[in-house]
Amino acid sequence: MTAPSLPVRRGPTGPSLRQRIGKATPYLLLAPGILWLLVFFILPTFQMFLTSVSTGSLDNGFKLTWSGAAYVTSLTKFGTQFENSLIYGGTATLLTFAIGFPVAYTIAFRGGRWKNFLLFIVIAPFFTSFLIRTISWKVLLLDNGPVLSFLRDVLHIIPADASVIGTPIAVIAGITYNFLPFMILPLYVALEKIDPRLIEAANDLYASRWGAFRRVTIPLALPGIFAGSILTFIPALGDYVNAILLGSPQTQMIGNVIQSRFLLLGDYPVAAALSFILMAAILVAVSIYARALGTEQLTG
Amino acid sequence: MSEIDVRLVDVVKRFGDSNAVDHITLDVNDGEFFSLLGPSGCGKTTTLRMIGGFEQPTSGLIELQGQDVTWLPSYKRNVNTVFQSYALFPHLTIEENVAFGLRRKGVKDAEVKSRVTDMLRLVELPGFEKRKPNQISGGQAQRVALARALINRPAVLLLDEPLGALDLKLRKQMQVELKRIQREVGITFIYVTHDQEEAMTMSDRIAVMNRGKYEQLGDPESLYERPQTRFVASFLGVSNLLAGTVDGTADGYALIKLADDTRLRVPVALVDGNAQIEVGIRPEKVRMNTPTDAIPAAANQLEGTVTDVAYVGVSTQYIVDSKSGIPMTVYEQNIERTTTGSLYRQGDAVRLSWLPEHTFVVGGAPAATPAG
Repeated sequence: MTAPSLPVRRGPTGPSLRQRIGKATPYLLLAPGILWLLVFFILPTFQMFLTSVSTGSLDNGFKLTWSGAAYVTSLTKFGTQFENSLIYGGTATLLTFAIGFPVAYTIAFRGGRWKNFLLFIVIAPFFTSFLIRTISWKVLLLDNGPVLSFLRDVLHIIPADASVIGTPIAVIAGITYNFLPFMILPLYVALEKIDPRLIEAANDLYASRWGAFRRVTIPLALPGIFAGSILTFIPALGDYVNAILLGSPQTQMIGNVIQSRFLLLGDYPVAAALSFILMAAILVAVSIYARALGTEQLTG
Repeated sequence: MSEIDVRLVDVVKRFGDSNAVDHITLDVNDGEFFSLLGPSGCGKTTTLRMIGGFEQPTSGLIELQGQDVTWLPSYKRNVNTVFQSYALFPHLTIEENVAFGLRRKGVKDAEVKSRVTDMLRLVELPGFEKRKPNQISGGQAQRVALARALINRPAVLLLDEPLGALDLKLRKQMQVELKRIQREVGITFIYVTHDQEEAMTMSDRIAVMNRGKYEQLGDPESLYERPQTRFVASFLGVSNLLAGTVDGTADGYALIKLADDTRLRVPVALVDGNAQIEVGIRPEKVRMNTPTDAIPAAANQLEGTVTDVAYVGVSTQYIVDSKSGIPMTVYEQNIERTTTGSLYRQGDAVRLSWLPEHTFVVGGAPAATPAG
C-alpha cells in the first residue's frame, strides 16, 4: 500500500503582507521625524535663504532678486555684535565647563544613593521660565543688590561705584547660569559610564591619580565634553535675552540684531542673511572642534 | 628555603560591622603560583585588592619583597593586576593598552615597542597591535590584560578570577596557557578563584578561604587527600563524612563508633586526641561489593542499599544509603563496563569497603597549623 501523497502547499509568490510591513518598519518609524524636519526645518531654511537674497521693504513687499546686498550689509556693519557673540558665548561655554565638570564628576563617582536627587537639583531651575530666571539675575546683580552689596559693603573688595549690570560680565554670567545644565547633563552621562575599574587599572599601571584622570577619565569623557560644549555654545551664540535683560547697547550680540531686524525694523533680508552667516560660522566652528577632539573617539 | 615575595601579617579589613578579611597571616614564596580559593564573599578578592593597593587594611601589615607597602598607593607598588572584567582601556589600541605601564614609567620608545611585540608574541596575539579592545574576543581580551600586566615585570602578578567570563573549553585552554606563561616568566602569581578545579590544576599552593579566613593552606594534593575541616573537605571535591566517637584503639588504629554501632578504623595519628570526630572518605576510594564478597580484614566496611545510579562516562556514580543512616557517594571507574553492563542496580544490597589509610579526619578542634 502506498501512502497518500501530501497535498503540495502553494505559498504566495512574493513576501507576505506581514513581511512587507516588517521590512518597512524602520522607515515608518522615521517618517514622523523626517516629515517634521522637512516641514519645520528644511522648508523654512529654504524660505529664509530666498528671503536673504531678496530686496524690498515691509511696506512695498520683498522681491526675489538674487541680490547679495543683505550679506554685504551683514558682514560689514555688525562686526562688533558678531565679536560679542563669539566672546560671550565662548567664555560662557568655558565657564560652564569649569563649573559643570566638577559637579558632574562628583555626582557620577561620589553621588552614591544621592545621584538622582543631585541631578534633580541640577535641572530644578528649569521648572521656572527662562525669562523669570534671567530677570532675577538682574535683581541679584543690581548696584545695591545682594551680590554687589556684599562685595562692596562687607568685604570692601570693590570700589563704591562698581557696577555690573550692563557690562559683558553680567551677560556672560547670565548665559553661564542659564546653560549650565546643558553642560552638566551630557558630562554626567559620559562620566557615569566610565567603569571605575579602568581608573584602578590605570593606577595599577603606575599612573598617579592625576595621570589616570588625564589619560583615562578625560579621554573617555570626551563625547560628553563635546556634546556639552556644543549644546551650550550654539544656543549661547544666538542668545539675545541675556544681552537685553542684563546688558546694555554696548553688549549687543548678533541675536539682538537678528531679533530687532526681524521684529522691530522689518528688514527681513538682512535678518535672514545674518542668520545664515551665524549658521555657517557655527558649522565651521563645530567641525573644527570635532576634528580637534578626534572624531574617532567621539563615536567609539 | 625560597624567598618570600608577599607577606601578610594579621591583616584585617572591616566593611561596616563585618570583617571581610579576618586576621590573615600568609607568606607567598617567590615564583610560586598561589591561589586564594573560596566561595563568593569569603574575602579572597578583598585580600587581593589589599595586596594590589586598591584597598587599605583596617589593621595589619603587608610586605612586598621585604618592604612594608601597607600604605603605599597602587601606582607605587611593583605589583600588577589582571582584573576580572579585564578593564582594558576602550579608547586605546591593544598596543597602547599593553604599553601603558611602561610609558608611565618613562621607558624609551624603542624599548617599549620591542617589549610590546615580545609580549604579544608570548600571549600569542602577534599582529593585534592596532586593534581596539572592542574588536577582539573575550579570550583575546583576557590575553591582552595579561600582557598589559606582565610587560611591567612586576614582583607579583595578581589575577582576580581572570577566566570567569570565558566558556568552559576556552577556560581549560587558558589554564594550561597561564601555567605555561607563569613558568616562562617566573613571576609570582596570586590567583583568586572560586573554581576548585581551576585552583587545583594550576596552583603550587592554595589557601582555602571561608568567612574572611583561610581554613587550610597547602599544595593541592594535601588539601584533597587530607582536608582538615569540614568546609575544605566539601569545597574541594566530594567527601563522605561520618560522625562518630573514638572508642578505643587496636593495632595502631583508632576505633570510631558510628550512630548504628558500626566501628570504623582510622590511623591513630589522624585522631589527634579528639573524642568526637568525623571520618572522611573520598567517593573514588570506596569499593562496591556484594554482601557475599570477601573483603580484606583490615578494611572498613559499611552495609547499605543502592538508591541512585548515574552513568557519567568515565565512571559510574552511586548513592548508597548506609545502615548508619548517612548517604554515601561512591565513584566506580567504568573499566569493565563494556562487557558486564552496570554491576549494581537501584535497590541492590551492597557492602562498601575502603582502607583505613585512605581516610581523613575533620572536626574536633579547629584545624591545626597549616600544612606546606
